[in-house]
Amino acid sequence: MLDVSISYNRYKFLGYEFLTWLWFIIEKDQNKLQNSNREPVSLGIGSRMVLENASNDNVESITIKGDDADLKEAILSLRKGAVVTELNLSLKEGDQEWRFNIKGESFNIAGLKPPETGPVENQEEIEGAVLEKVFLYDKVIRLMDSLYKDFIKLRVTNKWNTEIVPLIKAWINP
Amino acid sequence: MGLLSSTVSITRYKVDGKLEEPVLETVLNGLKKNCFKEIDDDSESSTGWTSFENPYSSTFEGSSFVIGTYLTFSLRIDKKTIPAKVLKKHCAIETAKQLAESGRKFLSRNEKTAIKERVSNILRSRIPATPNIFDLVWNNEESSLWFFSNTKAANEELETLFFKSFKLTLIRLFPYTIADLTAGLSDEDRDVLSKLSPTNFMG
Repeated sequence: MLDVSISYNRYKFLGYEFLTWLWFIIEKDQNKLQNSNREPVSLGIGSRMVLENASNDNVESITIKGDDADLKEAILSLRKGAVVTELNLSLKEGDQEWRFNIKGESFNIAGLKPPETGPVENQEEIEGAVLEKVFLYDKVIRLMDSLYKDFIKLRVTNKWNTEIVPLIKAWINP
Repeated sequence: MGLLSSTVSITRYKVDGKLEEPVLETVLNGLKKNCFKEIDDDSESSTGWTSFENPYSSTFEGSSFVIGTYLTFSLRIDKKTIPAKVLKKHCAIETAKQLAESGRKFLSRNEKTAIKERVSNILRSRIPATPNIFDLVWNNEESSLWFFSNTKAANEELETLFFKSFKLTLIRLFPYTIADLTAGLSDEDRDVLSKLSPTNFMG
């Protein structure tokens, strides 16, 4: 395996492309949104998106915030050569909701707010509370891993360039 | 940020290698050898393991770090940070005192550095350290670990102390390492992966 710090920088575009692809399938191809058991999931763009355009000499960063933010500006940025570097996502299951930010370059999860759990009132309840929280965090992590796996398996095939990229381009430039 | 907080940040790792049997004893020994020790007067910081349930007590009893199938404990980093303005004030007082005593108008660069160092040492012995607790969950069966912080410094401390304690390397999971190590790609696909370059999505 390559040196970790070299591979982190050299391949961070994979994370950006993943988030860009993820936004595309959220918008245009919802039936690809499946968990590791191949069950459909309800995943949507949350309240924040960060894009970066490094196609010119200067790196330009664009942040779009707000619960029902108009993403036209973000599409326009993609048209100019930007990629998505950070996404706030909302995962829903029944009446439960998880909100979290995912960074393309590091895959770090930040601000993860899982569905509400009961308060921990005494020491005896800690074990149960930990297991419940871990179970809830695991849903998000397994889902993101599964979606990333779907992406990377596409990305290493010709299908990426011959089928997927033209579809994404058509979405960006209708 | 704690595992039980209402909002958390998670950095993910793959644990490279296997723990020596008996696993729980190996972990307990690693934790005890590198458990948190209270900061002494002259030090700026202290780093070590603490128990998840009692982060302010540095003892590990029995298998108190096992919850379900997970190994759960915390990294504690205590730091003494002297506020810049406090340091500036005390350096100014000390400089004035030294100038008055020597009858000179200026101090040399070396004298100023020595004052700063002396004042920092005195202040450090007077101020309490600020504790920071970062929880972690280690799934030994799946060789995965979640660290509940995204901060660079805390993650670096974790990687160092983890190796020192358990002789196992933590590999950060980011787009390339996830694809290379955990996505189940064939050798051929991994070869393609290493040669990929960015896609141009522009028209």
